[in-house]
Amino acid sequence: MSDTITIQIPTPLRPQAGDNATVDVTGSTVGEALGALTQQFPELGGRLFKEGGNEVNRFINFYVNDEDIRFLENLDTPLKGGDELSIVPAIAGG
Amino acid sequence: MSFVHALTCKECGAEYGIEPRTVCDNDFGPVEVAYDYDAMQGTVTRESIEAGPASLWRYKDLLPIEGEPRTGFNSGLTPLVKADRLAAELGVKELYIKDDSANHPTFSYKDRVVSIAITKAIEFGFDTVGCASTGNLAHSVAAHAAASGLRTFVMIPHDLEEGKMVGMSVFGPRVVRIKGNYDDVNRLCSQIADKYNWAIVNVNLRPFYTEGAKTHGFEIAEQMGWRLPRHTVVPVAGGTILPKVWKAYQEFIQLGLVEDNKPAMYAAQAEGCSPVVKAIEEGVDLFHPQKPNTIAKSIAIGNPADGYYVIKVIRDSGGWGASAEDSEIIEAIQLLARTEGIFTEPAGGTTLACAIKLIQQGRIPRDEPICVCITGNGLKTLEVMQGRFTETPVINAKMGEFDTLVKQIEEQTTESTPQTV
Repeated sequence: MSDTITIQIPTPLRPQAGDNATVDVTGSTVGEALGALTQQFPELGGRLFKEGGNEVNRFINFYVNDEDIRFLENLDTPLKGGDELSIVPAIAGG
Repeated sequence: MSFVHALTCKECGAEYGIEPRTVCDNDFGPVEVAYDYDAMQGTVTRESIEAGPASLWRYKDLLPIEGEPRTGFNSGLTPLVKADRLAAELGVKELYIKDDSANHPTFSYKDRVVSIAITKAIEFGFDTVGCASTGNLAHSVAAHAAASGLRTFVMIPHDLEEGKMVGMSVFGPRVVRIKGNYDDVNRLCSQIADKYNWAIVNVNLRPFYTEGAKTHGFEIAEQMGWRLPRHTVVPVAGGTILPKVWKAYQEFIQLGLVEDNKPAMYAAQAEGCSPVVKAIEEGVDLFHPQKPNTIAKSIAIGNPADGYYVIKVIRDSGGWGASAEDSEIIEAIQLLARTEGIFTEPAGGTTLACAIKLIQQGRIPRDEPICVCITGNGLKTLEVMQGRFTETPVINAKMGEFDTLVKQIEEQTTESTPQTV
């Protein structure tokens, strides 16, 4: 069984991700998976995180298999092979 | 001619052209329409506005459309009710209800934002429009799109009230019910907007859509005789309307149309979905999302996209927030109906219940002008009120039976005193 995590890239970030809609990485937590992603596409790092830090940009939400990581363990949320990690901009509504 | 200058990111200030756009490319911050206020000076006046149509389009110069309005010709300009009976009951001096339960054509504040969004969708050449909705937005998008001949998809949580389902289906949209809460629907919609070339009004038309919410504030100011309430209580769901009412007040101040009385803004949320109010009470800048659990489904958004700005505006304006339990929401619906003859949905009950709390806490002083923003209509959510009234008597069509009944009612009335808060 594969330990691949599939990361869904939203349109505004695709230019920094080689124009990919999805990127496959490995990692045992959300933080590790995002680390692998930004290592592969360094320009993404500055978009996803505040400068130099581990603090997530407040207008970006991360979902593991459709659950917001703020309801899980944030960047420490564990991942297993086959999990899907979505990057989604915060959206207004009503 | 329009006074629109550009779209700018609220965070980093990056500028974009007037185009469908969800967020800033740099930091995912919301983008907002920027205007050339200098050019408006002396041109956008009380007189120019008063000479406009009897709809929200009287504020067209302050809205982001390039050509003529394409829908919403009767939207906005809803009643501002001077609520003297409710004021007496609450022990406050000057109280207004801004009553968007009477908005045209779908009886909620959403007819404002949708008038701008659909006009913009037509300007951009879209043939399909859609939205993520808790109900009211779906009604409005479906109605305005039907009247404009556009194809419509509305995405909603699967468990909406029956009245809300009928109220959108009648206009003939494709209704997609999604397992999950509004935040799940919204997330899917942002992905749909990415994939399909559709105008999702609260996603890729969001910068234009949200500007429509300003008209709620413009009208309050104009209808109060070109002055501002000192305290404005607004329901908070996704967080669109509160910062935009504030922006409306600030624009009128900047243009010299009203005096700056330092208007304070107050957030109202249901206790079962109160991420913004919790953040205000805890004194933090960022809210923690919640899983909503309240009868006020139209404002059950646990992950408000503009929550950060709501918190900021409340702090900057010197306001505060409150949350109301479901039972308090129901009581407030009945109080507004009993004193002012206005039947609002649970979101409106929430707003009034929170206004009452803020007055009782002394956060809102009793001797200064207060405006409570009612954004939706109670006839859409009849379920929440069912079973809350005493059984209605049935009599034969005989005068004698009627006389007996009236006598009984009068005896009951003298025995019991009216309920007070």
